[in-house]
Amino acid sequence: MKAAEVVMGTGARAAALAVKSARVDVVPGYPITPQTSIIEAVAAMVENGELHARFIPVEGEHSAMAAAVAASAAGARVFTATSANGLLYMHEVLHMASGGRLPVVMCNVNRGIFAPWTLWADHQDSMAQRDTGWIQYHCSSNQEVFNTILQAFRVAEQINIPVMVNFDGFAISHCLMPLTLPPQEDIDRFLPPHEPEWRLDPAHPSSFSNVTNAEEYAPFRQMLSDDIMAAIPLVKQAAQEYKDITGMWDGDTIDTYRLEDAEVVAFAVNSMAAELKLSIDILRQQGIKAGLLRPRLYLPFPAEDIINALPQNAQVMVLDRNYNFGHPGGILASELKSALFGRRNDITVKNRVMGIGGIDLPRRFMADEIRAMMDE
Amino acid sequence: MKSVTKAYRPISWPTKGAGGDTGSWRVRRPVVNTQICNKCQICWVFCPEAVIDRNEITIDYRYCKGCGVCATECPTGAISMEKEE
Repeated sequence: MKAAEVVMGTGARAAALAVKSARVDVVPGYPITPQTSIIEAVAAMVENGELHARFIPVEGEHSAMAAAVAASAAGARVFTATSANGLLYMHEVLHMASGGRLPVVMCNVNRGIFAPWTLWADHQDSMAQRDTGWIQYHCSSNQEVFNTILQAFRVAEQINIPVMVNFDGFAISHCLMPLTLPPQEDIDRFLPPHEPEWRLDPAHPSSFSNVTNAEEYAPFRQMLSDDIMAAIPLVKQAAQEYKDITGMWDGDTIDTYRLEDAEVVAFAVNSMAAELKLSIDILRQQGIKAGLLRPRLYLPFPAEDIINALPQNAQVMVLDRNYNFGHPGGILASELKSALFGRRNDITVKNRVMGIGGIDLPRRFMADEIRAMMDE
Repeated sequence: MKSVTKAYRPISWPTKGAGGDTGSWRVRRPVVNTQICNKCQICWVFCPEAVIDRNEITIDYRYCKGCGVCATECPTGAISMEKEE
């Protein structure tokens, strides 16, 4: 058996290498900072023959997702990537991918949205797509980006729901970290070729997403709602089998750190959650029993796993890198409170918004914030 | 979309009558004069609803919407649009 290879790579490079390992068939792409380096790398792989796929340069993100939808309906394994306003521009077609039950996988490299313009990370872009019917992961390292894209294809193709793999712009997309690449045979074993039970095919004409009457329309929406929830066991199974084959583990629906005896729990997603492990160490050195709970899966929201993982009487400090406009604080806090309501009355939830538009979130700062929240 | 067979996917297959009895929409009906008709099949080519039998040149009035395209395209003037009773 061939051994895994270790290279140095950015998060964007990790994404491109995962796309290559997944043996993707079609990649429609349009550049937008900070995602561009993924599409550039994939385009180069297609150009030099490393990846046998069709690269479709399009005139905007709405078209990128439309091409992804069409290629997926024709039976291809499809990948694309975007960020921020590009994702917002896709919004309409995101619903076609989910409602059409097409297993497209897309990286969203998180970036704040206008106005005013910003290029740097926060989570407003992907969280604003909460109700589009996509499964959403949030990754906290380059390696996790690589691993998650492969798991995302597997889950998407099992349940025919598109998956968005989110990770922070620059903090992950442009930072070099060591990257372990499992042998291709192992990846092929984990992710077999995509063989949809239906595809658009001129030899067997069919019409896709026709107009429906109410009694036909409503069941499709109910099935999408039910099936997204049914993705949770598939996400766990994919993480476990990926671990069995490659030895790598990033958590399944959630990832925890020093959580078992924690009285104070930091709750956050994406790159800030990696840095938070160091904030937890600082707090522990100060005599505070701190721990971390990071939802790796944001949608479907892993409520049961969170409810089961939180220690008794914990104070949960939700650190949101987004705003929940019209409500105080951030979106994650709102999701968490809604999951805990009536289930875990012993838990206290506190919330701060931070890191907006790429403001740096160093370990010391977040440790100090959590200490200050304890006194609120 | 009566023909949906894949449970969760919004797919339909071309099926006769999928849109209901569209013949009820018709206000004028195309009538073929078999004395003049030379069975050139041009009406069959143009009919947007595919309700004309290719060989017999008969019209399925259950689904014909009465658009009159067949009568307009007929090179011999064998199809006339007559008022529905």
